[in-house]
Amino acid sequence: MDSILYFLIGFLIMSGIYSVFSVGLNIHWGHTGLFNIGIASFFLLGSYTAAIISSPSPNIEKYEEYLWGGNLSQLSILGIDFWFPLVLILSALVCILVAIPLALITIRLKEDYLALVTLGLAETLRIIFVNESWLANGTRGLYSIPRPFDLIDRGNYDYIYFVIVMITLALVYIIAQRATNSPWGRVLRGIKDNENTMISSGKNVLRFKVEAFAFGAGIMGVGGALFTHGKRFIDPITFEPMLATFIIWSMLMVGGSGNNRGAVFGAFLMWGIWTFTQFLPGFLSDANLRFVFVGLIIILFQLYKPNGVIPAK
Amino acid sequence: MKYIDLIFENKTIFVLFWIILLLSLLKPWLFVNGILIGSLYALGSIGLSLIYGNLKFANMAHGDFMTLSSYVALALLLFFFPNSDQSGSVGPFTFKYELLIVIPFTVVFIGFLAVLFDKLIYKKLRDFGAAPAAIALTSLGLAVGLRGLIQFIWGTDSTRFPRESKLFWDLPFKIKIPPDMFFCAIVAFIIALTFYFILFKTKLGKAIRATSDNPDLARITGINTERIILYIWFIGGVLAATSGILISMQQAIITPVMGWKILIPLFAAVIVGGIGNPIGALMGGLLIGITGEIATGWINPSYKPAVYFLVLLIILLLRPNGILGSKGRQF
Repeated sequence: MDSILYFLIGFLIMSGIYSVFSVGLNIHWGHTGLFNIGIASFFLLGSYTAAIISSPSPNIEKYEEYLWGGNLSQLSILGIDFWFPLVLILSALVCILVAIPLALITIRLKEDYLALVTLGLAETLRIIFVNESWLANGTRGLYSIPRPFDLIDRGNYDYIYFVIVMITLALVYIIAQRATNSPWGRVLRGIKDNENTMISSGKNVLRFKVEAFAFGAGIMGVGGALFTHGKRFIDPITFEPMLATFIIWSMLMVGGSGNNRGAVFGAFLMWGIWTFTQFLPGFLSDANLRFVFVGLIIILFQLYKPNGVIPAK
Repeated sequence: MKYIDLIFENKTIFVLFWIILLLSLLKPWLFVNGILIGSLYALGSIGLSLIYGNLKFANMAHGDFMTLSSYVALALLLFFFPNSDQSGSVGPFTFKYELLIVIPFTVVFIGFLAVLFDKLIYKKLRDFGAAPAAIALTSLGLAVGLRGLIQFIWGTDSTRFPRESKLFWDLPFKIKIPPDMFFCAIVAFIIALTFYFILFKTKLGKAIRATSDNPDLARITGINTERIILYIWFIGGVLAATSGILISMQQAIITPVMGWKILIPLFAAVIVGGIGNPIGALMGGLLIGITGEIATGWINPSYKPAVYFLVLLIILLLRPNGILGSKGRQF
């Protein structure tokens, strides 16, 4: 019984983390119509930033080449782990700093170009982290990443992390909801529906798009940091596009783009399907069939229900 | 020569052109390799450019069509010629003649598959006037699905493409050419020229260009645009399949992700050459191939995809409409 509960908690943690990505992607695609197929790049940046700045500087015995770490996890004020929110914010900041120049280059051009550039960025970043082993221990990856709020015994730590993920998700959701319901968010929806109307009403469309892209990228950075401290091991293979980009797209498609509630719902639903299909008998549990399924979900929802299960109002 | 004038007209392009030329003089063997690899990229990017230019969306599934075609060719080869391991290979090349029999069937099959997907998916999206990004997203879904299917049938690991080891041709200046690569490059050029001929010298090509330029006007003048779109998909699929098979012939190893990884250089080539311009795509493919190969002379070869990405960024910064495109016109 305990093991089933533990499995469910693990499942909910991952669903919560994916919800953060889904909300971030929703800012890009659902609200503004920015076509980002390199979610993996912000996932990776957020994850590695969090891992590097929070891990202690390792000695030679532990890692062969990787020799530095921010050691932020030693910083605690009055015995409370205030470093963790700081890590989340810094991870978001790194993503924003990368997103802005990219957006400035591509957003003034055709909308597809953003997709190509984000796709290239994801691959390039992955190659950099594979080859530059001084940066983050290369393909061997980083492990023993510190736990935030490490208060109870290790066996039951997942319950605490579950609470952390849910609080962060709630905060991200509230921030995204406030932002998209504000006048700023209305301009974004206007851009998505009809860009020329927004230009003619005197809005600086380019600026709004860049801001939206940076905002969404920041949320993805938070998701990456959450992932890092949950898994406590990351290597470049973690950021292969399937689990870091495509599945998040299918989540948003199912849930309903343009609606933050739908984005969260889609993340839980798709991750549920992804997780529980592995218990199916025979060839049905083949991981590659799940790839086909994710692809089909994207196609079918685009064809028959482009607004998802919970459409935007 | 309009294109050569263009190189001298633009200062930045001019500087980049001379940098590449200088570097390739230092290591000419890399330059030759670049031309050979670039011709394969060119073939893929011509098909991609055709679809991008005419149907106005970035076809993310193009790479996976290429992967699928190599796996289908391999499967047909093993099915119809189970004993092909024993037979000798053709001339100085590493492949056997059986492969040459299989290729046309695969190519036509992939062409019809592209048409089928248009009927099933893209036609519907066109009918309710989906935005280009939405169509591109659907093609991304198709790409993921196709890759999953390939991995389900043939496994996630890399598969060996049957071949026999052969000597490389030794030329002066340390230039070494694998005969296969030469063959593939020649085929690529012939197909590119054939396609150019179809597009600019035949009635079908005229109809394709008219549809691309203004579909409504084309329809009024009596062109069956839906039919033309099917032709476009067929040609695009054929080009994708040919380049996919040629690339796997010279790589000797095929993996399910190879098509996805090749998307960045292909799109870079398409944008360099100007979307929808076959000659531009040919030149873009060559340029990307040469740049990537020359870069390996000075930096770690595993950074080649990063070089392609950098070329893409530079092009988007300097001339987003491509080297041959006009500077002022925005899409």
